[in-house]
Amino acid sequence: MEGQQKNKEKNKYSIIVPTYNERLNIALLVYLIFKHLRDVDFEIIVVDDGSPDGTQEIIKQLQQVYGEDRILLRARPRKLGLGTAYVHGLKHASGNFVVIMDADLSHHPKYLPSFIKKQLDTGASIVTGTRYVKGGGVHGWNLMRKLTSRGANVLAHTLLWPGVSDLTGSFRLYKKSVLEDVISSCVSKGYVFQMEMIVRASRKGYHIEEVPITFVDRVYGSSKLGGSEIVEYLKGLAYLLLQWSAIRNISSDK
Amino acid sequence: MKHIIKIITLLVAISAFWIGLLQASVIPSSHTWLLPIYFIVSLGCYGLLMVGVGLMRFPTCPQEALLLQQDIVEAKDFLKQKGVDVGGSD
Ligand SMILES: Nc1nc2c(ncn2[C@@H]2O[C@H](COP(=O)(O)OP(=O)(O)OP(=O)(O)O)[C@@H](O)[C@H]2O)c(=O)[nH]1
Ligand SMILES: [Mg+2]
Repeated sequence: MEGQQKNKEKNKYSIIVPTYNERLNIALLVYLIFKHLRDVDFEIIVVDDGSPDGTQEIIKQLQQVYGEDRILLRARPRKLGLGTAYVHGLKHASGNFVVIMDADLSHHPKYLPSFIKKQLDTGASIVTGTRYVKGGGVHGWNLMRKLTSRGANVLAHTLLWPGVSDLTGSFRLYKKSVLEDVISSCVSKGYVFQMEMIVRASRKGYHIEEVPITFVDRVYGSSKLGGSEIVEYLKGLAYLLLQWSAIRNISSDK
Repeated sequence: MKHIIKIITLLVAISAFWIGLLQASVIPSSHTWLLPIYFIVSLGCYGLLMVGVGLMRFPTCPQEALLLQQDIVEAKDFLKQKGVDVGGSD
């Protein structure tokens, strides 16, 4: 117990939030993060891809309120995609743990303490939020979206045996070194990226734990993914099924 | 290990079992010939069943949407006070 307390004091959490046209959402999100993470050392790294709606102005205003050392703006000139946004944010992370979450409030900061607690209790390398267990759930999806999601999960579980119940969710906490290792070997983009990350991590033998989260579909702003998601998904699945996953030395993790 | 190899191994094991059945002819071979078709059909049924069960049991959380609305109001109030521009842009 005492050891845990000490750990809690010296751990630092870098929360990477990619944004594209999320000016209202990012402000609400930052408020909620500060509300729910009171006695934790953390920084928020916003990776904004030159949003035309003025997201960056809002972030500067938030820096005035909360401090430039707590909210870091690490912008890129134009929309370069989600996967590389994480890599970019990671380069600037100073914590020993990294949290990845969306800006659109589908990932509620009230779950952050349970991620952190789960990690401290189990020593896991990755804690991933899952919507498909008791205590979890989704709100605001139509039948089509539910059908796609279930179909995708059944297919992926039958073919990949990932050992994680929610493959496409992206609300996760990583040991920084683990994220660096996993992310450097990922090649896919968009929707499949989240799945590739967790499947690779599980293949590499990292200790993964789950916590239930609820997911409320975005209230403000518009979705940046979409399009031929199903085709992309099937391609990604085939790719993950066929490629080699080299067994790397993971002793550095222990 | 290449994951696909595990799956192929599984398939090979099942085929070997099937060929064994053919050779041994414990059951009439006309039935044995149909087994792969049964196998594929039942695999498909399993998939559909899992998706169906998943859909019926899909966990929803309408109360969370309400809680989020409260959080949004609270956050907007606070941020407005602090001079962050949270009006209008939705
Ligand atoms: N920096 C950056 N952020 C992005 C990009 N695309 C999406 N994002 C952000 O990534 C997060 C997830 O994107 P969403 O559009 O919500 O994707 P989604 O959650 O699958 O789709 P929804 O169901 O509509 O929420 C949001 O915070 C976006 O602002 C990008 O190209 N660059
Ligand atoms: Mg979203």
